[in-house]
Formats: sequence, C-alpha cells, structure tokens
Amino acid sequence: MTLLFESLFNGVAIGSVLLMAALGLAVVFGLMGVINLAHGELIMLGAYTTYVVQNIFKLEALKPCFGAYIFVAVLVAFMVSAIAGLVLERSVIRRLYGRPLATLLATWGVSLILQQFVRTTPMAYASGLWMTLLLGLLMPVLLPQRIRARFRALHLRVAGWALALAGGIGTAAWLSGISRLSRASARNVDVTAPKWMRGGIELGSLNVPVPRLFIICLTVVAVIAIYWFLNRSVWGIRIRAVTQNREISDCLGIPTQTVDALTFGIGSGLAGVAGVAVSLLGSVGPNVGGDYIVGSFMVVVLGGVGKLVGTVVASFGIGLLTDVIGAGRLLEVWPSMPPTCAAVVEFFATTSMAKVLIFALIVAFLQLRPAGLFPRKGRMVEA
Amino acid sequence: MTTEPLLRVEGLDTYYGESHILRGVDLAVPSGQMVCLIGRNGVGKTTLLRTVMGLLQPRSGLVCLDGEPLGRRPPHERAHAGIGYVPQGREIIPWLTVRENLMLGLEALPGGLVRNRRIDPLVFELFPVLETFLNRRGGDLSGGQQQQLAIARALLGKPKLLLLDEPTEGIQPSIVLDIERAVRRSIETTGISVLLVEQHLHFVRQADWYYAMQRGGIVAAGPTSQLSQSVVNRFLSV
Ligand SMILES: Nc1ncnc2c1ncn2[C@@H]1O[C@H](COP(=O)(O)OP(=O)(O)OP(=O)(O)O)[C@@H](O)[C@H]1O
Ligand SMILES: [Mg+2]
Repeated sequence: MTLLFESLFNGVAIGSVLLMAALGLAVVFGLMGVINLAHGELIMLGAYTTYVVQNIFKLEALKPCFGAYIFVAVLVAFMVSAIAGLVLERSVIRRLYGRPLATLLATWGVSLILQQFVRTTPMAYASGLWMTLLLGLLMPVLLPQRIRARFRALHLRVAGWALALAGGIGTAAWLSGISRLSRASARNVDVTAPKWMRGGIELGSLNVPVPRLFIICLTVVAVIAIYWFLNRSVWGIRIRAVTQNREISDCLGIPTQTVDALTFGIGSGLAGVAGVAVSLLGSVGPNVGGDYIVGSFMVVVLGGVGKLVGTVVASFGIGLLTDVIGAGRLLEVWPSMPPTCAAVVEFFATTSMAKVLIFALIVAFLQLRPAGLFPRKGRMVEA
Repeated sequence: MTTEPLLRVEGLDTYYGESHILRGVDLAVPSGQMVCLIGRNGVGKTTLLRTVMGLLQPRSGLVCLDGEPLGRRPPHERAHAGIGYVPQGREIIPWLTVRENLMLGLEALPGGLVRNRRIDPLVFELFPVLETFLNRRGGDLSGGQQQQLAIARALLGKPKLLLLDEPTEGIQPSIVLDIERAVRRSIETTGISVLLVEQHLHFVRQADWYYAMQRGGIVAAGPTSQLSQSVVNRFLSV
C-alpha cells in the first residue's frame, strides 16, 4: 500500500515537471504547429529569472518578504519568457510560417544564441535589456489616450523607446550593485528555496518534500488557467479559430497576427513558469533547456497533437512509468522473480536507462498509433 | 445625379503568381441592392470576391467601400469596415461548436466579441436547424447545414456588404429556398447590399443587376429583368 502510494506520488511529481515543461509546447507546437527548438531555452530563461528575483529579494529592503519571492518569480518568469517568445515570433518565426524545416533550423540557431547569451552576459545587463523591451512594448498601451492624441506617432514611439532604454539602463545599474549578478559566468547557479519550502510534510507514512508539492500545485494551477483561457475567454476562441482556419478567421474580423503573437507569447510564458519549477529541482546552467526539450516534444506527440488532455495524460503516464522502471518497483513488488528477469529490471533501474526504455516504448507506440493517445475524431478529414 | 455605390471596383487586375486571372474588372454594387455575378467555372468569380475581401492583393486597380479606397488593408479590417464573406465551399471552423462559430460572427461588430456576446435569435428563425445543433461541432454538420451556419455567421456581423460565393452549390432544393429567403429577408429588413456568385437561375433572377464574366473580364451587364435566355445559356453552367 505504502509502495503504491509512494510510487504514485513520485510518478505524479515527475509527471508534473514534464507537464509543466510540455504545456507551453502544447500551445506553440500543438495549436500553432510551430516547431520551436528554443523552447528549452525559454525554460532556462525562466530558471535564471528565478535566480535573479531571489537575489533581488536578498536586498535589505526586501529581506523580510524573502519567503514570497517564489511567487514573484513565477510572475516575472512568465513575463520574461513571454517577451523573449514575442520577440522571437516577430523577428524570426513570423517570416517562416508554413516552412517547418526552416523554422526548425532557425529556432535551433536561436537556442544556441540564447545559451551563449546567458554565458557571456551578466545577469544585471540581461535584466536591463529585458526591462527595456518590457517598457518599450508596454509604453503604447500604458500611456493615456489623452497624451497619445497630442503627439505624432513617430515622436511618441521614439520617446517611448528612449524612456524604456532609460528604465533598462537604470535596472542594469541597480542590479550591478548585487555582486552575483554583475559578472557573467558560464558556471551553474543554485536557487535556494525559501525557508517554508525546505523539508517535507508527513502524509501518512510518506515524507513528501515541499518543493515537489509546490511544483504539483503550480502545475495544477497552470493547467486549469490555460484550459480556462483557451476554452472560455474571448482570446481563447480567437486562438482556436485562427489555428483551425486562418483565412476565414481573418475574414471574420480576427486580427490574426495579434493572435499569433499572443499565442506564442503565452506558450513561451508557460515555458518560463516551467523554468521556476526546474530551478527548484537542481542547479541551473545554460544547458538546462536541453534536458527538457526532447521530453516535452515526446509528451505532446504522445498525447496527440493539439489536445491538452492528451498532454496531461501523457505526462503523468510517462512520470509513473519512469518511477516504476527507474526505481525498479517490479522487484519490490515481486522479490522472488526469476533471476534473468530480475537482472533486466535492475539494468533499467537508473534514471537514464529508464528514460531510454521509455522513449523506446513511446516510439514503438507511435508506430502503432501515429496520432497519439487522443487522436482527433469526427467527420473532418484533415488535421 | 449619380450616387456613390457601396462597393466600387475599378480596373482590377489580379494574378496568381504569373497567371493573369482578373483583367481590368469594373463593377459596382449600389446600396441596398443585390448584384449577381455569373460566369462559367474557372473564369475568376471567386478570385474577384477574394480580392474584394483582401485575401488577394490586386496588382492594379481600386476597391472602394463607401467611396473609400481599401488599399492594402487586411481582411480583418475589411470585416470591421462592413464586408461579410461567405466563401465557396462553406468554410466553417471545424472543431468549434456551432455556438462558437456563430459567436465569431459577432467579431466584426464594433468592440468585437468582448462587447457582443448575444446571438441574435433572428438567425434561428432563418435557419432553425442551427438552434438544435448549437453544441455540436461545426465540422460534424452536413454540408448544407454548414452552409447555413456560414451564412448565419456572416449575417451576425451586420455587414453593409455581403459577399456570397455560390451559396447553393451542391445543396438540396428545399434548403436552397431557405437560403434564398434568408438573404432576401436580410436585404429587406437591414438594407444590406449583396454581391452574389450563383449558378441557380432561380436565385440569379432575384438580383437587381447582373454582371457576366468571361476569362477574367466583365463581358455583359444589365438589370436581371432583362436577362435573356441567350445570356443565361452562355454564362450559366446549369
Ligand atoms: N491558388 C491558385 N493558384 C493558381 N491558380 C488559381 C488558384 N486559384 C484559382 N486559380 C485559377 O484561377 C482561375 C479562376 O479561378 P476562380 O476560383 O476564381 O474561378 P471561379 O470563377 O470561381 O470558378 P468556379 O465556378 O468553379 O468556382 C482558374 O483558372 C483557376 O485555375
Ligand atoms: Mg468559385
């Protein structure tokens, strides 16, 4: 019984990290059909953001509320990755819609650029750059109509970006005061969890680590939020319409380019939130994204492209399998199995070997059912 | 006195790549009238509607709505300016429910979906079948039902100009009558103008004016009351 419970919990914990990482991809790849190989690097940006936010909260003024930094980090990470995604969409991906191979190569290039960027740029400067982008993009929205109407559009834009640049430089200067953020470093950094998150909670006979519990909660909230957004909100309907029939949506009055940018931004933002979760599990380095990108694509394809439910089921399925295989659960359940079987089970009872076996299983499964666990049904032929 | 027509198309030339499809098309749709465009398969009728909607950019020529040139404005801006489009081949959005498809019709209204959430019950009066299938997925409807959905959706946006591309293609006669009635009723009650591409003579005859197209150019035009049998034989494939 305990064994079952423990296995279940571990499986859910592994699955929720996978799900968190794959959720953004489910939107970007599943709905828009854009293969974004830089998704892992967007996760990495989220993880680094957690580190930066944490260091800001170590400042004297903010020290008392250090425990709350993780919640701020979730919000900021979402925005950081969302803006990175927006810039990526506007500058690269928008020009490559309908050309999957070109998109693949271009986003792979972007992922390399982003990795090198975090290696060579001090985080204080990176934050300054990001602040500039944030202010610059928000300026037209923030300014009251009354002020906007009084000036010429061009002047307003120049002034807006100048202000944004000033804000960015200010941020960079301010953060340069924190020694850990002022120098570039290719080495990994460690995020320390707030005090309330250390240790574990006794749940029956099981000792549950709090960070894991936090990640599970974060995942649940993220899934519910994105589900609500896509199915109930006005922009959700627009997004689904555009992803299914771009031309007609355009003719109906939906600004398709705005929808593309928004969809991509939200998918990227979710990657940032995944980054927060990732930063709680281990140290954060420029290559951390690579650990998650393959798994994320596997989850989305296994679940059935374009199906949120499929992504959820696939993540938890893979999570459970990882625990069952990786921890050699079969041996625990059935200690007296024949030695040859036992040897096989033990052979796969490491994290990396479990991964190999599971990916092999997924590939085999996709041979049988190429559309994944939840293929789309109905009289519609296409899609 | 000549009043400015609602839609005025002047010297329109449209290409697909290097193939010249529309050749100097001139056409006008006066306010509150129904104008029918006839012509054999492949002469460029759909191409003309797509150019008016902004899905294709003409190489030269003008499209004016209410006297104002539309230039290179994208389709969604034209929808907000008052052009509703029912494309050939009933393109509804397959995975959205009938209700959601109808709601998307409200997007063209001022304020879009955010301000407008109510589906005018008039469309259910015109097409009762839609009300019974509100929660079904659009793609699961039959072809005829999808066509009714596409027309209802366009009408919900309260366009000034409705572009209808062969709305009765491959549809059983009783539903053809429903569609004709719905279009006529919208013209009477809301005063919209219609540019119709049609092969059914019965429907063509309800228009006020006709244009006949051949190889990408307008070759004949006149009031439909004077539509002669020889013109019908030359330009309608049925
Ligand atoms: N996407 C395209 N690329 C190249 N040529 C095209 C394309 N679409 C249409 N054409 C060509 O343009 C010409 C006009 O096509 P269009 O669809 O406007 O005809 P139509 O008058 O609407 O015919 P129908 O009555 O069959 O609907 C045809 O010769 C067609 O082959
Ligand atoms: Mg046609």
